[in-house]
Amino acid sequence: MTIFLSTLMVGLRLGSIYALIALGYTMVYGIIRMINFAHGDFIMVGGYTLVFTMPVMTEKLGLPAWTGVVFAIIVCAIVGVLVELLAYRPVRKKGTGMSALITAIAMSLILENLAQAIPAIGPNPKIPQVIFPASSLTLAGITIDTTTIYTIVVAGAMMVLLTLLVKKTSFGRAMRAVSENKKAAVLMGVSVDRTILLTFAIGASLAAVAALMYIAQYPLVFTTIGSSLGLKAFVAAVLGGIGSLPGAMLGGLIIGMAESFTVSYISSAMADTFVYLILIIVLLIRPVGILGKNVREKV
Amino acid sequence: MSMLEIEDLQVYYGRIHAIKGVSLSVEEGEIISLIGANGAGKTTILHTITGLTKAKSGKIVYDGHDLLSIAPHKIVKLGLAHVPERRQLFERMTVEENLLMGAYFRTDKAAVRYDLGRIYKLFPRLNERKSQIAGTLSGGEQQMVAMSRAMMSQPKMIVMDEPSMGLSPILVKEVFGMIKEMHDLGITVLLVEQNANMALAIADRGYVLENGRITMSGTASVLASDDGVRKAYLGDR
Repeated sequence: MTIFLSTLMVGLRLGSIYALIALGYTMVYGIIRMINFAHGDFIMVGGYTLVFTMPVMTEKLGLPAWTGVVFAIIVCAIVGVLVELLAYRPVRKKGTGMSALITAIAMSLILENLAQAIPAIGPNPKIPQVIFPASSLTLAGITIDTTTIYTIVVAGAMMVLLTLLVKKTSFGRAMRAVSENKKAAVLMGVSVDRTILLTFAIGASLAAVAALMYIAQYPLVFTTIGSSLGLKAFVAAVLGGIGSLPGAMLGGLIIGMAESFTVSYISSAMADTFVYLILIIVLLIRPVGILGKNVREKV
Repeated sequence: MSMLEIEDLQVYYGRIHAIKGVSLSVEEGEIISLIGANGAGKTTILHTITGLTKAKSGKIVYDGHDLLSIAPHKIVKLGLAHVPERRQLFERMTVEENLLMGAYFRTDKAAVRYDLGRIYKLFPRLNERKSQIAGTLSGGEQQMVAMSRAMMSQPKMIVMDEPSMGLSPILVKEVFGMIKEMHDLGITVLLVEQNANMALAIADRGYVLENGRITMSGTASVLASDDGVRKAYLGDR
């Protein structure tokens, strides 16, 4: 029973991190129908920003280490906006869906290589300082470490906030309008370009928060940290139904749980196998993903 | 000065010369009908007015503003609304969200709420369905939402693209009733229609568009009694 409950908590923690990242994929897909392959690398950008800013926060300002996430969010949002502004937008306005896709893959490789070329980063992994001091909480017989609790609570809060933003605010309506019908959105006075930029900024900010939570648990930052993490989050987004926000959250949780339970009860070597197996089975039964809608292509 | 003045407009889609030197004008308070067959270029003209399509050359001046040099999303803020062909609602949003999108750029939130209430009073059916997803409404109701959505931007002028398309005769009458009501509120209307009978009955003046050119213009009653127009567009034999 204890093993089951702690496995559940680990699954929740992993799942919330995947969900935060998956939201970035799904938001961008929803608005420009493109898979942003560079999204995983925003985690890397956030991770390094944390490595460099956390010592400043703790040593110079006497603040807790996690406050570095403010800079991670700002830097990630700027990188997200620049990627859209300098690469995706010009290509989208000129080319086809395929050229946009290739540009996204190229952007991912450029970010990873660029990071390695920066002397302060280099090819060797960096170890960030301790983010949440080790402590734990015993609840109903099981012991949970505080990092896990923080991760679940913060990710949950981010998801609630994002849902409110999209459902209840004027900006959220504009985002949905652009996603559904760009021409009609323009006729309502919505600047499509600006809305897309803000979507990138929000998606990248969520990746920055995910980076904080991830390296709080696994304290190692390297230039390809985003590729496997990003791929799994992308799988989560597809599993839940790409383009759907609740889908990304659900997909993230399922992948996190699958991974956690495989590691606990079967074998850690099988974790990824099960994750991708679930993806294939779900897509065979529901090709658009669990909560996905059939998106009609507008002529 | 006219409310809307189009001068020698030229529009191309790639190599296709869609609009070949169209000039027309709409005076404040008028209802103008632009009639013509499918593919004559009616929709293209409306799209060029509100910036959805780029012009090659020519001039479009609305209320003193040169529309060809204004970013498309800023045009509605000048008081020029566009009710597009096939309504183009945000089909996955509710009726109320669609109406609020019409007022997207407005910052006077209290007045927006007031206008929303006025629309619900005018069209109780929309009030009943305000939380319904727009894509599930009937064609007539969707047209009602599309026109109300345009009203939410407090327009001085509305351009309307085939509002009667796909509607039953009773609903067509209802839609034209709405156009009249809008006009009574002081809104200038440029109406594009294939239903030339109705369009000319409601209009002050009309233009006939053929293959990207204006071939005839005049008061609505003169056009409606013209033999050529009757044969081509009013179903006379």
